[in-house]
Order: sequence, then structure tokens, then C-alpha cells
Amino acid sequence: MRADLLRGWKVRFGLAVLAFFVLLAIFGPWINEYVLGIDPRANDLEAISAPPSADHLLGTTQFGQDVLAQTIAGARGSMFVGFLAATIGTLIAVLVGVPAGYFRGGVDNGLNFLTNLFLVMPVLPLILIVAGYMQGTGLWMIALIVGLFGWSGGARTLRAQALSVSSRDFVLAMRMLGEPHRRLIFFEVLPHLTGWIAAMFLHGIIGGVMAEAGLAFLGISDSGAISWGTMIQAAQQQSAVLRGFWWWFVPPGLCIALIGTAATLVNFGVDELSNPKLRQARRSVVKRTKTLRAAGSEA
Amino acid sequence: MAPVLEARDVSKHFTVRSAVGSTSVVRAVEDATVALEPGEIVALVGESGSGKTTLARLLARFYEPTTGEIRLDGAPANGATRAYHRDVQLIFQDPFGSLNPLHRVRYNLERALRLHHGVRDKAERNRRVEELLERVSLTPVEQFIDKFPHELSGGQRQRVVIARALAVEPKVLLGDEPISMLDVSIRLEMLNLLNRLRTEDGLALLYITHDIASARYLCDRIVVMYAGRMVEGGPKEDVIANPRHPYTRLLIESSPDPARAVDDRAELFGAEAGELGEPPSLIDPPAGCRFHPRCPFAMDVCRTEAPPRTEFPNGQWTHCWLHEDEGEG
Repeated sequence: MRADLLRGWKVRFGLAVLAFFVLLAIFGPWINEYVLGIDPRANDLEAISAPPSADHLLGTTQFGQDVLAQTIAGARGSMFVGFLAATIGTLIAVLVGVPAGYFRGGVDNGLNFLTNLFLVMPVLPLILIVAGYMQGTGLWMIALIVGLFGWSGGARTLRAQALSVSSRDFVLAMRMLGEPHRRLIFFEVLPHLTGWIAAMFLHGIIGGVMAEAGLAFLGISDSGAISWGTMIQAAQQQSAVLRGFWWWFVPPGLCIALIGTAATLVNFGVDELSNPKLRQARRSVVKRTKTLRAAGSEA
Repeated sequence: MAPVLEARDVSKHFTVRSAVGSTSVVRAVEDATVALEPGEIVALVGESGSGKTTLARLLARFYEPTTGEIRLDGAPANGATRAYHRDVQLIFQDPFGSLNPLHRVRYNLERALRLHHGVRDKAERNRRVEELLERVSLTPVEQFIDKFPHELSGGQRQRVVIARALAVEPKVLLGDEPISMLDVSIRLEMLNLLNRLRTEDGLALLYITHDIASARYLCDRIVVMYAGRMVEGGPKEDVIANPRHPYTRLLIESSPDPARAVDDRAELFGAEAGELGEPPSLIDPPAGCRFHPRCPFAMDVCRTEAPPRTEFPNGQWTHCWLHEDEGEG
């Protein structure tokens, strides 16, 4: 199964990009310090709003800070929010959705009510209010808010899937054997939902990264922290678009877009795994079929 | 001998809610009484929708009966506890559905051993898994033990399902059409396997089927169900050779028999099979005897009152007004 997952180019590319950004998030500060030797906060007064050059590979900001160093430093914040928010959101979705679908009846009514409650809550205004209420919104807080308010759709999907899987014969058969509910949920039902959960997690990463950038753009974030969101916000505040400082806002924007694309590509692969009809023929197979067909028409 | 598992006057009603909110009650099983004795095979026959599977699931305590009680070893059984499942196991109809595609053969059997016998020692567990596979003739064992369900044929899967049930060492095995999804060529092997388990282990077996021929081959007693009610029962030879209830007669006549001419049946019932109609809806079953709309011998009393149980000296019994005054009372 794992080997199948890695066979497609989409998954390979997606995973490579994600891995690249994870490494960037982990080793970013170290790279900045020892490889580039540039402090992302340092102001180089000789190069203000300078386009890319040998000194500053991606140019500098209005304040003379190196864009490349900032982009590298920002990876940590964005990836941290993305992964933490996705983990929290997926975990809650699993813990709420799967038991609701498995137990039905009263449990389902209660959990489903909770899900519906969060489903109709307008998340963005809510985040604004909560963020305003909580003084000083660090990355932890943003990740927590995004995760805690973003799980309802996933819980709904998992509930529907668990509802269908748990009424299948093999679950009943293991129940007849005397398996406790805990085992039935985690060993019989849950493994059939891995595709959905993986998709949910990837979607959560994109959501987390975007939410962090969006909130920073709106000015709700720790102004001291460097993330792609705060970079774009700073660029917007200094009218970088109007003044043509494209090197200021394109790198962080491109990074966000790349992560989104990568997660989607991995998701395609997961989809193909659970639905073989979506699989594309590999090139070797296409070649073989063509030669066979040619041989057939000659004969 | 005392019955090991017994259903007394059990009924099961399902409440169905339609999209607009109106509710209706499906009377899936009504006043069913059946007793299973050790070393005996009882066949439960009837057409689709006659309540056979519901009765089996009631006996497996998968559903709670609406009325009536299930007795295990003479004591009323309460709830589907692990202790209950240690004695009663159910085999599902579809071997392609009743094994989790993500678990190996070994996992299924080891879970049963762990749950019911607390076998923790790895070598011991391995030995017992191999023993179980040998008992259901999945040999050579090492070829099957680590396979996934999709790598096995239907018959092999059903053997795994049976081995899983046997791992519990139950007293009663409920087989819900255990061979109907299997290829015709391996059905006989399966029946022989079940028969062997009965003789070797003294298992009580409920064999649910719509196929009279296999019931005749395997079982000791036959119980016939129609539209949720039991209509006739007794020793298999008596029931098959001398069916008392018109429905049993129809059922037996409807199984193909090369020795019979095409229009014999029409002669027997005075009508073509198609004219005899369909089984009734269980939401709104006919009053009185449930078979009366299709019964060529229906009388006025059949339309209003449910027939009582009439017992015959040979152990046969039926619910039919035609025989009301013949039996022992």
C-alpha cells in the first residue's frame, strides 16, 4: 500500500515540496545564521527596497531587511500553525465524528448537535473576536483557534463514513465475537477511514497556513514574529504592490501557494489509492499497450 | 435432552420512520419458538423476507426481542455480553463481507482466542490458530495463516469465518445461509464440515436456508417460516414427505425435481404458481393466518383468526386451521 502511494509523480512531487518546507521550518534559523549569515531582522541601510542582487538574493524590504532570510525564517511560523491546527482539527474531527457514526442514537444526536453548532458558527468573525479578546495572539493561539473552530466539516464527513462502515458485516461479525467497542472503533472502523483522515489533515495544513497568513494580513498576530503572513502584511502596509516591489510579497505568497499545491497533489494520490478508477496509466503500461496494439494491427 | 438455546414466543418489531415523519411498524418476526439441542441441527427454511435472518440475529442477541425471551442453558439471557457470545456464535451469509479486508487470517483467529481464552503466550496462540485452520481444512496452514481476505476464494473465506467462530468454542452455531453465497461446487464440502463439527463437538446448529435440498441433506429437524411466523416444524423426513401446511407444500413443490412433470404443481394447488401471488407486506400483514391470501384452501376462519399450534404424534406441528381437529390438541 505504501509503495503504491509513492508510485505517482503527483504524490512524489507533493511530498517532496512538503518535506522541503518542513526542513526549512526546522533548520531555517540555522541556515540564516550560518549559510546566509544574514539576520532577518537586521536593517541594511545601504540597501532599502533594493531589487534582487548578489548581496540580497531576493532583494530587501522598505526597512532594508533581507527578503530571503525573512522568507526562510517565516517558514517556521507558517508550518507550525499549519501542522498544529491540522493536528488539532483532525483529532477533534475523528473523536467527534467517528463515535457519532458508530454509536448512533443518543450519542449521535449529542455529537451531531455539537458539530452542527460549530458548522454554522462564522469562523472568521469568531477568530477575530477571540483573537481580540485574548491579548497578544502568538502562533500557538492562532493555531489553537484555527484548529478548535475548523473541525466541524471533517467531523460531519467522518460521521457519515463511520455510519456506513460500522454497519458492514465484518464489524457486526467482530462484535459477535465479543470485541469491545473501543477495539471495534479503532481497529475495524478507523482503518477504513484513513484516506479521509489523511485528506482532512492535508486540507487542515492548507487551512492553517492560509488562516495564519490571513490573520496576520488583517493585523491580528504577534507583530514581533516573522511569518509569511506578517511579511505580506508589511508589504501591503508599505504599498509594495503599487510601488512595484514585487520581490517583497511574491516569495511568501509563492510559498503559501506551493504548500497548497503540494498538499493537493498528495491528496490526489491518497484519492487514487482509495479509488483505483482515478489512477492514470503509468507510462510503461501505455508504452506496452501501444506496442501490443501495433503488433496486433500488423498481424 | 435439555435445549441449550431456546427462543420462546419472541417477536421483533422494527419502527420505520419515513422522510415525512410518519412511522410504521414492520413485524419482522412474530411469536417464534425454537429450541436447539446439543448435537442437533435445526434447519430454518423460508423465502426471502420471512424473518429468518431476524430470528438468527435475535438468537445472537444482536437485536433485543420486542416481546418473548431467549433462554441459554435454561436461564433467561440478558443483553449481548461477552459471556453470551462465548456460547453462541453467528456465521454470516456473505463471506466477502464478514471479514475485514484489512486484517489477515491470523488476526481474526487470534482476536477470538485472546478475547475468550485469554491466550497471551505467542507460541501457544500460534499453535491454536494452526489447529483451527486444520480443523476447517485450510491446509497447508502456513499457506493461509498470513493471507488477506482478498487473497482467498469464497469457500476459503467462509472456512476462516467458521474457524473464527470455532475459536470461541461455542455451544451453539447460528448459520445464516452459510453456503448461499458460495459456488455450487463447494457447497457440499461446507455442509460436510458443518456436519462434522456437530458430530465431533456436539455443537447445536441452526442452519438457515431457503434451499430445502440442503436442509434435507444436513439437518435433523426443519422449521418453516412464512412472513415472520413459524408455520410448520418437525423431523425432516416427515415434514418433507408429508407437509401439513399448504405453504410448506408450495415450498417443497417449488424446488426443482426432475421426476416431476411441469403441470403437477398446478394440479395440486388448482392454480399456476404465478397466480398464487406474492408474500405479504410485513408492515400491514393479513389478519388471521398470514398465508390466507395465497392459500388455495383458505376458509372463512383463516381470514379472521390466527391458527393455533396443532401437534401430531410423530413430533410434527403446524399452525393451520385445516389440521386443527386432527392433532393431539
